Amino acid sequence: MNAAIATGTPTLELRGISKSFGSVQALSDVDFEVRPGEVMALVGDNGAGKSTLIKCIAGIYTADSGEIFFEGQHVSISGPKDSARLGIEVVYQDLALCDNLDVVQNMFLGRETHDIFQRLKEPEMEKRTAETMKSLSVTTIRSIRQLVATLSGGQRQSVAVARAVLWNSKLVILDEPTAALGVAQTQQVLDLVKRLADQGLAVVLISHNLHDIFAVAHRITVLRLGRSIGVYEREKTTQQELVEAITAGVPTRVSGIPGTGVQPESGQAEA
Amino acid sequence: MSAAAEHDPLVEAPPPLADDTGLRTIPGRMLENLKTGNLGSGPVIFALVLIVIIFTATAENFFSAVNFNNIILQMAGTTMLAYGVVFVLLIGEIDLSISYISGVAGVVVAQLQLPGSSHQYPAIIAILAALAAGTAIGAFQGSIIALIGVPSFVVTLAGFEIWQGVVLKSIPQGVLVIQDQTVNDVSQYFFSETAGWILAAITSLLYVGGTLSGVFQRRRHGVRERDPILLGFKLIMVPLAAFVTVGICNRDRGVPFPLLLIVVLLVVWTYVAKRTTFGRHVYAVGGNAEAARRAGINVARIRILVFMISGFMAALGGIVLAARLSSVDLNAGGGTLLIDGISAAVIGGTSLFGGRGEVRNALFGSLVIATIANGLNTLGYTSGVIFIVTGAILLVAVTLDTIARRLQVKAGR
Repeated sequence: MNAAIATGTPTLELRGISKSFGSVQALSDVDFEVRPGEVMALVGDNGAGKSTLIKCIAGIYTADSGEIFFEGQHVSISGPKDSARLGIEVVYQDLALCDNLDVVQNMFLGRETHDIFQRLKEPEMEKRTAETMKSLSVTTIRSIRQLVATLSGGQRQSVAVARAVLWNSKLVILDEPTAALGVAQTQQVLDLVKRLADQGLAVVLISHNLHDIFAVAHRITVLRLGRSIGVYEREKTTQQELVEAITAGVPTRVSGIPGTGVQPESGQAEA
Repeated sequence: MSAAAEHDPLVEAPPPLADDTGLRTIPGRMLENLKTGNLGSGPVIFALVLIVIIFTATAENFFSAVNFNNIILQMAGTTMLAYGVVFVLLIGEIDLSISYISGVAGVVVAQLQLPGSSHQYPAIIAILAALAAGTAIGAFQGSIIALIGVPSFVVTLAGFEIWQGVVLKSIPQGVLVIQDQTVNDVSQYFFSETAGWILAAITSLLYVGGTLSGVFQRRRHGVRERDPILLGFKLIMVPLAAFVTVGICNRDRGVPFPLLLIVVLLVVWTYVAKRTTFGRHVYAVGGNAEAARRAGINVARIRILVFMISGFMAALGGIVLAARLSSVDLNAGGGTLLIDGISAAVIGGTSLFGGRGEVRNALFGSLVIATIANGLNTLGYTSGVIFIVTGAILLVAVTLDTIARRLQVKAGR
């Protein structure tokens, strides 16, 4: 699998992304990539620019400068619909599920299958939900006709991830998927993340938990104060090294992406 | 996708989604509903049966065919308003203007059929104009709420005053008499015995046909029937209820036209709420507006449409009420109409917090309110007592809803 990751065209590649809000430079000249079948972790301290970067990919913000390539094609993402059309799905931290609807209804929310009279095709949606859950081996949910209100945190996360997968997405971005979960549920979600990558999807995992990241990520991008410090391969790095990169911004081994090397301190002034 | 799953060692674990037997039985479902704060119609039906038993035992002439029809005529207008209120409550908003929207609709219909005036139109035009007026008012208020973000409470409170003012200004002579027979028939027409039976047969056929087509559709997609016992029960009970109701009505003057309105609109709005994408989005907006927005649902559009439904149903209720009295006076839309319309939806089990409830709740709640008023009247109590009892029941209903909601919060996570 790792050989395939190394050679594939990146599903998503960002080059020199900058974004500022007034006088605050949230991102400056950030490079980022994720390949099919790969879990790319995105780490950094609070305010490092993780969320801003994700929102630029999701189309919620538009980058001030820089280029975005999707499957090798130069694309411009100027709204959430653009990113959805490309096959980018974001699972936000607060999940965006409706408690008062059941699993099937949430999976198809906003994209219900219906006939010309706007009549819902309930059996079809139920069948496709069951198939997706099965393909992801989500075994913990008792019935897909259960209300989301009755699900545990891990199960909700599974529903949110499954919803992202349902639409033949190519890139799934998970924002702190294990932040509010217990040990067993965290394991469920991490297993799910692995399966997404095994199915050939590109996965971006944002997390503060290095333990989780070492459990599932293939590579790790470290952001610090709006700059990419480096891209680390999980097998060639240690938690200690990552903590140093996150907190002190020590650039070390960088896996071949241009622009992720040492940034001169004066670079702050440009862009 | 399924090919990938085969390589996964975790698939060896119990097959997914196999065991939902807990949800298939009726007690299992009730427990599930209780856990999720979904009280549904259970409490209100229980209360209704209790009320009927008490009044049958204490009040003479209560349990009779004549009184059965009377209750239907008394509740029809309120029920129309309450159907609309259910949608408004489902998206977590409130509409306080419905009573005077119904008043305005009454004035429109009365003015447009007024003999001797320069503007006497056929009944159907007058009725359509009144419905259009109600819908337009709903669209106007809904737009202010959805597009600008003014709280619905304030917008519709302003509407309450404004439309009351419009009613008062529009009837300088104090009362408008409706002489047009077609307009009055909306509340006063009774179907012949034969026509009644035909209506019962049509209702039963449509219900059984619709339900069975759903069963076949599920079977074609290999989706299992979740509750075959309940399904069979409904297939027998609904036609039975239709024929028994017509039977009772026929012992009196026959099936009143308002009963047809109550049933047809119940079916139409239940269909809209439960079977269409629009209805699904209404529930989504009420459950989690932010989630709905992120899912690509046009939340503002849903909100405006819901207030248009509310305005439309209020207007229809106004026409029914005007036709019942064959006139519109300065009290049109006043009295307990607003309170009863909202109470009916809430007592029936529609949550004030949004996202939970069904159209039929409005019918059950409306039945409770009308039956209590009718029964206490028969016993000779004054409206003071009726207010106190209705208010107490409303309080109990809202308290139950709040407790249920807290249970739901605990059940999640």
